[in-house]
Order: sequence, then C-alpha cells, then structure tokens
Amino acid sequence: MQLALSDEERAFRDEMREFFTTKVDEDIRRTVAEGRELTKDQIVEAQRTLNAAGLAVPRWPVEWGGQDWTEIQFHIWHEEMERACVPTPLAFNAGMIGPVIAQFGTEEQKKEFLPKTANLDIFWSQGFSEPDAGSDLAGLRTTAVRDGDDWVVNGQKTWTTLGQYGDWIFTLVRTDPDAKKQAGISMLLIDMTSEGLEVRPIQLIDGGHEVNEVWFDNVRVPGENLVGELNGGWGIAKFLLGNERVGVAPSGITKRVIARIKGLAEDRFADDPLLRARIAQLENELLALELTTMRVAANSLDGKPHPASSVLKLKGSELQQAVSELVLDLAGPAGLGSGAGDDSDLTEWERAAGPIYLNLRKASIYGGSNEVQRQIISRNILGL
Amino acid sequence: MDFLYDDEQDALREATRGLVGKAYSDYENRRQAVKDDPGFDEQQWARMAEMGLLGLPFSEEDGGVGAGPVEIGIVCQELGRVIAPEPYLTSVVLAGGLVSAVGTAEQRQEVLGALSAGESVLAFAHDEPGRGWTAGAEKVTAAQDGDAWTLTGVKEPVPHGARADVLVVSAALPGGGTGLFLVEGATAERTGYPTYDGTRAAKVSFDGTAATPLGGPGVDVTASISTVQDITRVMAANQALGAMQFLLPTTTEYLRNRKQFGVPLSTFQALTFRAADMYVSLELTHSMVDWATMVVAKGDPVEVADAARRVSLQVSTAGRHVGQEAIQLHGGIAMTMEYSVGMVMAHLTALDHLLGDGGHHLRELAGAVTTYEALDPLA
Repeated sequence: MQLALSDEERAFRDEMREFFTTKVDEDIRRTVAEGRELTKDQIVEAQRTLNAAGLAVPRWPVEWGGQDWTEIQFHIWHEEMERACVPTPLAFNAGMIGPVIAQFGTEEQKKEFLPKTANLDIFWSQGFSEPDAGSDLAGLRTTAVRDGDDWVVNGQKTWTTLGQYGDWIFTLVRTDPDAKKQAGISMLLIDMTSEGLEVRPIQLIDGGHEVNEVWFDNVRVPGENLVGELNGGWGIAKFLLGNERVGVAPSGITKRVIARIKGLAEDRFADDPLLRARIAQLENELLALELTTMRVAANSLDGKPHPASSVLKLKGSELQQAVSELVLDLAGPAGLGSGAGDDSDLTEWERAAGPIYLNLRKASIYGGSNEVQRQIISRNILGL
Repeated sequence: MDFLYDDEQDALREATRGLVGKAYSDYENRRQAVKDDPGFDEQQWARMAEMGLLGLPFSEEDGGVGAGPVEIGIVCQELGRVIAPEPYLTSVVLAGGLVSAVGTAEQRQEVLGALSAGESVLAFAHDEPGRGWTAGAEKVTAAQDGDAWTLTGVKEPVPHGARADVLVVSAALPGGGTGLFLVEGATAERTGYPTYDGTRAAKVSFDGTAATPLGGPGVDVTASISTVQDITRVMAANQALGAMQFLLPTTTEYLRNRKQFGVPLSTFQALTFRAADMYVSLELTHSMVDWATMVVAKGDPVEVADAARRVSLQVSTAGRHVGQEAIQLHGGIAMTMEYSVGMVMAHLTALDHLLGDGGHHLRELAGAVTTYEALDPLA
C-alpha cells in the first residue's frame, strides 16, 4: 500500500503534463474547458498531434502503435489528458474498432485500416443500435446477403454519434436469418460514401445534432470487409463493449467542471450552506470514484479488469449528470438564455448550462445503460 | 501508487481472521459474549494480546510492536467483519493512541505496556451530556492544588467506562484549553450499561477525584486529541468496511437460497438491482478507506484531518445504505437478535455516531469548499 507515485511514475506524469499542456492546440483545449462543441477539424487535429507523439492509441498492440505501459501509466496518461482539457482520442477509432481489427482482423485489414484509424485519416462511426435493438442489441435486423463476392446490406442503424463526420462505419449485420439471435450476426466495415447509404440527422433535446440515423438501401460491400469469422460478430461485439465499459468513467472531466464552476460562480454559493454542501458532497463522491479508478488500475494484473471496474460507468455517469444539474441550478433563471447570442449580458456558462444538463441524460443510457450495468454486477459479480 | 498488501500484511490478516473468526464467525458466540458484563470475552482479549494485536500501534520502547496504520486498519477490518465486541478501537486505537501521543516516556511505558500485554483495559472519557464530537472538554473541569490535580463533573457515554482499569479523561483546564488526565478506574463513580450494538458504555462521575496529568501538567492538548480522533475515525472506517464486507455476501447468499412464491428471491430484479447498488457503495467505500489509511501513514495531521472527514462522510452514507438494505432485503429475519445482520447494522450505526456522522463531517467540508480548486489525491 503506497499512495505516492514512484519516481518513475512521477517523471512519466510530468512528461505527460508537459506534452498535453504545451503541444496540443490552445484553442482546442479552451473549447473543451468551456464545455463547447468541438468541430470535426479540431477533433482530427488533436488526435493527430497525439498520434505523432505515440499518445493516441497506447492500448493497442505495440506493433500497431501501442505502448508497453503499466496500468498505472495508462491511468496517468488518461488523467493528465483530461486535466489538461485535451480531447481524448476518438472513442470509435481508438477504443472500439482499432482494438477489434488488431485482435480479429486479417493482415490486410490491419495494414489497410490501423494506421489510418490511429491518425484519424478515417473517421469511424459505430453502427450497432437499431430502432428495435437498443439494450437488447442481439435483436438487430439489418441484413447482409451474399451476392457474388459482395455483401448486400439493407436496414437501418440509429444513435450513430457524429455520423455526419463519418468516413467509414463498423456495423453488426444479420448474416444468418435462421440462426438463433446471437449466432447469426457478423461485423462488416462499410465505406460511408457507398451508394445507397444515407445519414439522416436526429435532433436531440438539447437542440444539437450529435446523433444520426444511417439507412442502408442495397448497399454493396466487398466481401473482404468482413471482420473475423462469418457469424462471429457477437463475440466481437462483446469484446468491443467490454473495452468500452472501462473507458466511460470521465471522473477527470467531471472534476474539471466542478473546479471551473467554483471559480466562475463563487458568488452564487459562497453564502449558501445548502449549495456548499451539495458541492462538497459531489466532490467527495468524485474522489471516491477517482480513487476507485486508481485502485482498479493498480490492481488490474495481466490486462484483466478488476471486478470493481463495473462500478465506474454506473457511478461516473450519475456524477456527471449530478454535476450538470448543479451547474444549471447555479445558473438559475439565466439558464433560460440558452438561445441568446454573444451580445447577451448572460455569461457563456449560464447559457450553456441547460443544454448540457439535457444532453447528459444520455450518459446513463449509452455504453450499456445503467440498468444493464446493474444486471452485469448482480449476475457476473454477485452471482445472482 | 499501489493498493496491494505485502506478504507480511496478508499474513497479519490471515492470523487475525483466524483468531477472531474462530471466536465469532458463529454469530451465536458473539451474542453470548455480550450477554453479561463486561460485554466482551476477557480470554479473547488476552489472546489478542498474545498475538501482539493490542500493542500493534505502539513503539517497541513502550512495550508495543511499532506497526503502521495499514496494519492496524487490517486488524480493524477483520474485527468489523465479525463485529468482535472487544474494545480494540476505543481502548487501543483511541485511548492508547492518546497516551502514546501525549504521555511522558514513563507513562507510556507503564500504561501502554500493560495495555499491550492484555493486563489492562483503557477507556477515553470524553463525551459529555449535551455535547459530542468535539476535541475539547467543557463540563468536566480540572483543579490544581500544588502538584495535585482533581477532576469534577460527568462524562457520558464512556465506551467500556465501567470495565476500564485506567481512564484517560479530558477536562477543561483552569488556565483554558483541554488537558488529559489518567484516573484509576476504580476511583471514579461508574454506572455501566449496554449499548444498542451489544457492547458497553458508562456514566462516569468525578467529584474532586484525584487525577494525574497525562504529559506535561496544565498543557492544552486539544490539537493532539483532535489528531488521535482523526486517526480513530479512519480506523473506525476500516472497521465499518469489514462489517459491510460481511453484509453484502450474507445478503446475496440469502437472496440465492431463500424461496418465496416457489422461486429463489434472486429471481426478482427489484431485489438484485438493490444488491448491485450495495456493491457500488461498498467498492467506492473500499477505495476511500484504503486511501485514507495511506494518508494516515504519510502522517501530516492537516491531511489526516481532511482524509478523516472525507472517509467518514463516505462511510456514513454507504454504511447506512448497505446496512439498511441488508435488513430490508432479508426481511423479518434480520430484525431478530438471533440473526447476525441486524446487529451488524446496529454496530455500523454505533460506529457512525462514535466520532461524528456524515452530516457532521459534510458541514465541515462544506465550510472549506471555496479554499481549494480541485482535490488531487496524489498531490
């Protein structure tokens, strides 16, 4: 039991801190700090800066650009990135399809896709959910039928985050309609410029355009774009979602939001014991979450996640939501100025608070809803 | 950074678990042990001394073992797991901790030597009717006549105050501030009674009772009391963690085995989801307890005070959640004295109120919320 970082870990942390605070574009970091939306160009630029230094995809195999780090080093890398308000590498690329191709792809697929995926030369979208297949993903109905060397894809995906920026989409499709639910699913990589593929925006309750529907009307996909075994897509999906769950406890970002609001709105809560107590309570819960992240990282040996990692998504999303609720409460009536322009007398954080609060309701739904997380805990960990 | 125990620490846990498990893993034994005064098993106390547990925190010169907070935390967790009724926390960690922090070399050797050897039980007589969770004393006053000191006033409730051979008593000093005194237990007027978690407390009255200043006479030691209380808070959190680590698997086992409507309770998602939430509370608390214990090991009293508040708040919230849910998910059986769960919850409740509950600590934290930007546990 040792709280302090070792000398090597401390040196590593300083190196990361130095890089993130001096080498990543200042405007991009400010955009993140102020909770504003990043443009596609900003997302791409940030990731290329990281990739050039070998910091975009450290969890990948070393031969494809990964780093031979300890779990604590991965943890420090992530913490320092969030602390410096550097956008984390695009999850669809770095956390989802990259590891999948590295694990299940052919040599040709690895050579073709992994370097471009790491460098965000390809902006990936995720094509998993469908209107009738949300938490019950295996209920998906988009079909791929063999025609000569190609697959012909028909159906609809939804909740495709940033699909409007996507170059390629990794999809789960039904390749054997007669097999049992999970058994007839495969993974296909699809070029989003293909004929018959259409991206339609979905407007969310915050007024923004973050997610999309993706429609497939007789889209022809070359046979070599199948990943892994035919009808082996469910195993790949489980591999991918297992990686995703570990990655979605943004305790560092939530901590920055509290720190920032304390600086901006001290006059709102300084004399209010109830608000002060809410802040103190949230900070304490965030501390417990951050420490759990560290404990899980420090105790994850041989790449096997510590069982407690399943609490990270559940609690992380709850705290993210609770903090956004606090910020909106601090904004008070000024939060109604969400549609005001820059000539408004209201501050930028007050105007943003309402949409952010509304937007973050998603956090307990995506990445395996929190009810799915409770199911995982009660079944897999508690044996119920 | 490392949250793992070393081999020696693992061995200490095994040995402690062996000793206290043998005594109390059958809950009926605990029930019997608290039935009659002094509310614990004197022979078990002697065995704990023999294993070196009672002298764990104290230096070798003082007759102890000189182990660190991580080791003491391990012992407290194991005691919490079986809610052992022996007064380790209040006698060794708290009262012994005060003697260790404030006493003269001679006092330390005498008092801590006897405590470590299992020959003596200590109690800290501090809370006063109408006040609690403070570092200072007010209603018990000290008077000086030459080199002789006397105490007057009432301390209540004093954990194990009726059984204690030696009382460590806080008292308001004539010149202001709070001093600590040693009093022979038998010279005070004492009325003992059971507490709701089955252990014992007492009303202890002083009426011009002779007392020996602990450490330098007339010195205000409020700050030392405060720090030892903070360390005890962190060790109480370890003990509460052990109790919660007992409650969760006991509850899930019950959900698997108990049948109603012809099926196991674990088929009802309304119940299993609540068990999942108990797990979340428990794991978050575990991390916080490990962290606070490591902060104590670092030793900066200001950091220790902050960590004690933070871990106490977390343990208070989680302990209530896990304890209340453990009873509710069991149903009526957990309301009975003959089943462990209800009494474990009662013990968690007693720990929560020993040195300040969650609300008390949240008030302190809320007061300081503007004095820093963000918390950094690795700072």
